[in-house]
Amino acid sequence: MEQIQLTGPQGPKPKQTSVSRMGVYVFLVSAAIFFCIPLYVMLVTSLKGMPEIRLGELFALPGDPSFAAWVKAWSEACSGVECNGIQTGFWNSVKITIPSVAISIILGSINGYALSFWRFKGSNLLFGLLLFGAFVPFQVVIFPLIIFLREVGLYGSLTGIILIHTIFGMPIMTLLFRNYFASLPDELFKAARVDGANFWQIFFQIMMPLSIPVTVVAVILQTTGIWNDYLLGLIFAGRDNLPMTVQLNNIVATTFGVREYNVNMAATILTAIVPLAIYLLSGKYFVRGIAAGAVKG
Amino acid sequence: MATSTKVSIPRRAKRVQISSLLASTPMAIVAIGVFVVCVGYSVMLSFTKSRLFPNFNWVGLDQYERLWGTSRWVVSVENLLVYGVLFIVLCLISGFFMAVFLDQKVRFESGFRTLFLYPYAMSLVVTGLVWQWMMEPSLGIQNVVQRMGWSSFEFAPLVDPQYAIYGVLIAAVWQSSGLVMALMLAGLRGIDGEIWKAARVDGIPTWQTYLFIVLPMMRPVMITSVVLLAVGVVRVYDLIVAQTGGGPGMSTEMPAKFVIDHITARGNVGLGMAAATMMLLPVLLVIGPWIYREYVRPAKH
Repeated sequence: MEQIQLTGPQGPKPKQTSVSRMGVYVFLVSAAIFFCIPLYVMLVTSLKGMPEIRLGELFALPGDPSFAAWVKAWSEACSGVECNGIQTGFWNSVKITIPSVAISIILGSINGYALSFWRFKGSNLLFGLLLFGAFVPFQVVIFPLIIFLREVGLYGSLTGIILIHTIFGMPIMTLLFRNYFASLPDELFKAARVDGANFWQIFFQIMMPLSIPVTVVAVILQTTGIWNDYLLGLIFAGRDNLPMTVQLNNIVATTFGVREYNVNMAATILTAIVPLAIYLLSGKYFVRGIAAGAVKG
Repeated sequence: MATSTKVSIPRRAKRVQISSLLASTPMAIVAIGVFVVCVGYSVMLSFTKSRLFPNFNWVGLDQYERLWGTSRWVVSVENLLVYGVLFIVLCLISGFFMAVFLDQKVRFESGFRTLFLYPYAMSLVVTGLVWQWMMEPSLGIQNVVQRMGWSSFEFAPLVDPQYAIYGVLIAAVWQSSGLVMALMLAGLRGIDGEIWKAARVDGIPTWQTYLFIVLPMMRPVMITSVVLLAVGVVRVYDLIVAQTGGGPGMSTEMPAKFVIDHITARGNVGLGMAAATMMLLPVLLVIGPWIYREYVRPAKH
């Protein structure tokens, strides 16, 4: 990639007029401003008091910045009749996300490995079905899954929602790992087989250590995806395990006379912090996961 | 496992082992149990009179007739078409421009890229709530501009049934266009530098090179982008619930919300499943043949 850049024509172009150069920056800076505005508004609103917000200066910096709204959003804000803040949702999301991410990645990597090296009759068809699953609207499978989980007594439980995330994460995780393993040289596998290694030995001793980069991509993809999920959590998690996104929406929708915009925005930021931090820390890995991961709605 | 002690593997078919079949069981259960059986079950229910709970009183195509006679569904589909087409077109255009401008050897490229893409890391609920707040009629952007002296300025789409869908559209484009930018930028970086040299030798202006030479070469990237965006369009639910709740009136109702509402609060599973089947149809028609051609049919390796 570096080479392409260096040989390309976009290098320093001495003849280029500074006017068009300016145009490039004007465009980029205005686009950057457009993208930043919501984050900026969220931040300044959350740091203001309600009297200041009622002045109607949306973009003004807070005169007396305070984290009071953050504290309230975290530990006192009401969703429905309960007023424990968004912290319950935060911990619920943690409890949902960690096992879901771990299980879906383990299963996805085994699937991808089996599909790349241990092809059996019908494995192409299975993979095709899974891939189809990546595109199927959730609405088409949700109702039968509700019935099924109710039958086995997992509807509205932590185990239930983890199972659901594992199911819906499987297509994309399998695709990710299958494509990665398919890019490894076949000789690697053949040599191990000649040495007498079996299915699990090859998986644990050769493939797993090699798949650290793709695992990082998978972790980023699944963590942001599951943390940001709303629909599945709303339907399958049950009242005691509602994830942060659902609770956030409930808090904002709960109105007791006055709408506390600063608290709402503080709760919104708190909900966005985890995926934002992952995004900022992960850099190129996030972008790498995008092409594979955006399939997941 | 005992079978694995053989030293030579004469044929690929011999690779099958008990453990490999065992390991593939969860995959088989999900692929068949969820994406075949559950989908089939949903479609089946759409031919029944199921209300709150599933039953099997067959009514043929009654639910579909009722569905297309329900104004809420028809409005949802119309909304989805308007929203979907504009969303995809706007994301493609803005994503392409951002990618092209970033490709000009600019300073702080990675900084700009980070800013353009961060909304995509945020949830649609967060996106919906922030934009709802900024579009608030009396305290939001409208108010700020009016107080600056432009008193006739109007920007409160969410309270106007005619424009509410565009309010949602702005939020959605803000959230997703960075995705297209990232994909397109990767595409631009993959283009052979010789093409640029040739175009310059021929004296073709840069913008024409982009439009008539580079853009057609990026067809695969475009297709990926459109597929990814289209999947998001069909599924749009969170954003609507957070930003407008489907209102005002029915002006931002969407098919995905129609289905969920009917299988939960409205307790009309038969009708909801008919709607879900209608959502599945375009996906099947577009994605089905593509998956079959790309993955199922060819014997790989």
